[in-house]
Amino acid sequence: MTDTPDKPRLIIGPFNRVEGDLEVRLDLAGDHVESARVTSPLYRGFEAMLVGKPASDALTYAPRICGICSVSQSIAAARALAGVRPAGLERRLPPANGAHATNLTHAVENLADHITHFYLFFMPDFARPTYADEPWHAVTATRFMALKGSAAAQMLPARAGLMNLMGILAGKWPHTLSIQPGGSTRAITRAEQARLRLMLATFRAFCETTLFAAPLEAIAGLSSRDTLYAWAESNQGDFAHFLRLSQALGLARLGRTALRHISFGAYPSGDGPLFPRGVFHAETATASPLPLGAITEDISHAWYRGENGPPRSATPTPDMANPDAYSWCKAPRLDGHVAEVGALSRQLVAGHPLLRDMVTRDGASVESRVTARLVEVALVTLAMEQWLAAIDPAAPFQDTRPRLDTGDAMGLTEAARGSLGHWLRLDQGRITHYQIIAPTTWNFSPRDATGTPGPLEQALVGTPIRPGESEPVAVQHVVRSFDPCMVCTVH
Amino acid sequence: MSYPPATPTRPLRLIWLQSGGCGGCTLSLLGQQTPDLLTALRSANIEILWHPSLSQATGSEARAILNAAADGSQPVDILCLEGSVIHGPNGTGGFHIMAGTGKPMRDMVESIAAHATHVLAIGSCAAFGGITAGGDNTVEATGLAYDGTRPGGLLGPQFRAKSGLPVVNIAGCPIHPGWFVDTILQLAAGDLTPADLDEWERPLAYTSSLVHHGCARNEFYEFKASAEDLGDLGCMMENLGCKGTQARADCNTRAWNGSGSCLTGGYPCINCTAPGFESPGHAFSTTPKISGIPIGLPTDMPKAWFVALASLSKAATPKRLKENAASPTPILLPHDRRKPRP
Repeated sequence: MTDTPDKPRLIIGPFNRVEGDLEVRLDLAGDHVESARVTSPLYRGFEAMLVGKPASDALTYAPRICGICSVSQSIAAARALAGVRPAGLERRLPPANGAHATNLTHAVENLADHITHFYLFFMPDFARPTYADEPWHAVTATRFMALKGSAAAQMLPARAGLMNLMGILAGKWPHTLSIQPGGSTRAITRAEQARLRLMLATFRAFCETTLFAAPLEAIAGLSSRDTLYAWAESNQGDFAHFLRLSQALGLARLGRTALRHISFGAYPSGDGPLFPRGVFHAETATASPLPLGAITEDISHAWYRGENGPPRSATPTPDMANPDAYSWCKAPRLDGHVAEVGALSRQLVAGHPLLRDMVTRDGASVESRVTARLVEVALVTLAMEQWLAAIDPAAPFQDTRPRLDTGDAMGLTEAARGSLGHWLRLDQGRITHYQIIAPTTWNFSPRDATGTPGPLEQALVGTPIRPGESEPVAVQHVVRSFDPCMVCTVH
Repeated sequence: MSYPPATPTRPLRLIWLQSGGCGGCTLSLLGQQTPDLLTALRSANIEILWHPSLSQATGSEARAILNAAADGSQPVDILCLEGSVIHGPNGTGGFHIMAGTGKPMRDMVESIAAHATHVLAIGSCAAFGGITAGGDNTVEATGLAYDGTRPGGLLGPQFRAKSGLPVVNIAGCPIHPGWFVDTILQLAAGDLTPADLDEWERPLAYTSSLVHHGCARNEFYEFKASAEDLGDLGCMMENLGCKGTQARADCNTRAWNGSGSCLTGGYPCINCTAPGFESPGHAFSTTPKISGIPIGLPTDMPKAWFVALASLSKAATPKRLKENAASPTPILLPHDRRKPRP
């Protein structure tokens, strides 16, 4: 990567209120960002750590890759282990209860992540003094200022109450071992099912009084940006508060990308996944099947040596000698193309009319990414009520029959912040290969061999800088709109 | 030596740093209930100078706070490190260069620790190296005062914070929110002393118990009625690698997420509060055995006695426990003999 020392440059780090450590370097041109480089500065080496371990140890190690996507990591590992099977044989699915319990566990984590992102990570930036002259600033700062705002005092108990579902479903969070290739280790009794219903109803009440100040069904059913804006005009909830700020600041045209959107598919059950697998193409506004074999990782600008290639075979090793490198994050590509992942991508692939309308008008943006996350809070809470009702305490939660211990497989799922995949090989019960591609690996990838920047690097180009800013507030909105998880990114 | 320090008349100022870890201890801490985390901190008169997930300040604003703490111009009462200290590759610290500084994160941790009144290792990574030190530990991860079970780490065994206390190791993977809150409430009250810490400098507030205490599977343990698969109701010591009889924590008397624990979740205790838990020398969920007898029996019991009692109690196991042990849901329930079963 050629330096351009003649350009004014900003280095922002530690870039906080993201999960993990992050540095962003910006080359400026006048009042805007001309180009950006994103650095993931921490390497821990889970992929190497897992090689040589007994297969089942993946289920103890994988969740500890990440304290915020812990269950997603467990699910990807469990699915990969379940996927090891003789060629031509159908994947043995967990019993229905196992699928429902795992979906509920996963949903609790993902919803907690969505509201943690919104209240604790993203919204505090609107409380910054740079906005002090805006008519909305005082009320916004009172509500969302980090550590002091009134919103956290409501959100933290609601989040902890939601997490109480984990005490029943998964023993604890983060880092449960309840998620297994054959289902869940935790059978739910009828009384516990009732208790879970009460906890979920309490979370719904928080959403319907504080976050949305509207029924979940009304949020899930929003079908166009016009109806969304009209709804937000008079609503007193925190989501509407954001939407009014977003319109005042033009966030629908900030942090824009025009990339492929990937979803690995989420929350499987006998009736298929709640959100399907696929690729969304912005130019045609259509989704198509995802060619999984076309996923590769490029290390041309990352601190590794080895070959570029598909995660089922390539195993780059860390090497700080690469002169072009500026990140521990590899660059995943789909058929050579940069792709974005996340709640917005999931909803675009799923065909949600509101998000498709927003992206058709202005592309993926700060506004559409945040909106997709909160629409998902409504969609997933409603689905949880169905999964919980569908649990039959008299039926099994787990298939414990032995599994094949030699072969290749992949395990795919969707973390709150996007597509997560594990690719592994077992040889007589030992792990001989393990590669992970996490959501933020896609979104915060560095440049690839063709010099094409990753999604965040593209989204930052053109971002306005206000006079005298050293931590440009618009850059913060753009970066945090991806809900990055840096500990997953490099693992 | 001055613990407790003079009664503070101003808020205790806390800085929290993260290095080689997953962030899960912070996320677990956000689950603190009655009261929530921010209310608990306020009631302990603690002011967060900077926390990577919670603070407004970012970039140069954050660096200004941390640099002032590192050169001693900004007093710090409590330094928390979450995640292990990263020394690799080859002792350079290059596997974690602190964003925005170009320097290894361990340098910032060391500088602030030199001035802090109290230093807290949050989680087993920061205490001992933890999961990040797993496998071949190519990243050269250690804790603050330990490298696994060996004294050492970043600060060395002789380190004492300004209070006179060693690094306080709130070990666990992750920590229970209550373990942290108990500790800072004691620090704020000025009554955390060396007598409140165990042999690994973990707060006795949670390590004076064994995970075994209060385990809902105790009746199965008494009769050695064992689970065969994860999710079965029986005792997990014989087959599934459970270390609850040796592990030091109050997980079964202080509920996780309202009502849970690893054991109620249907999977074994992996002794995550102990140094070296990440490399047990066997599959986590399988008990290693020598001629059919589990190794690593309760540490303070003569092996011969344990074997003798185990075979006796196995012979006396009630039918209810024998049948329920290897099932994920009870087959036989307790029943009052005065009323015949239907």
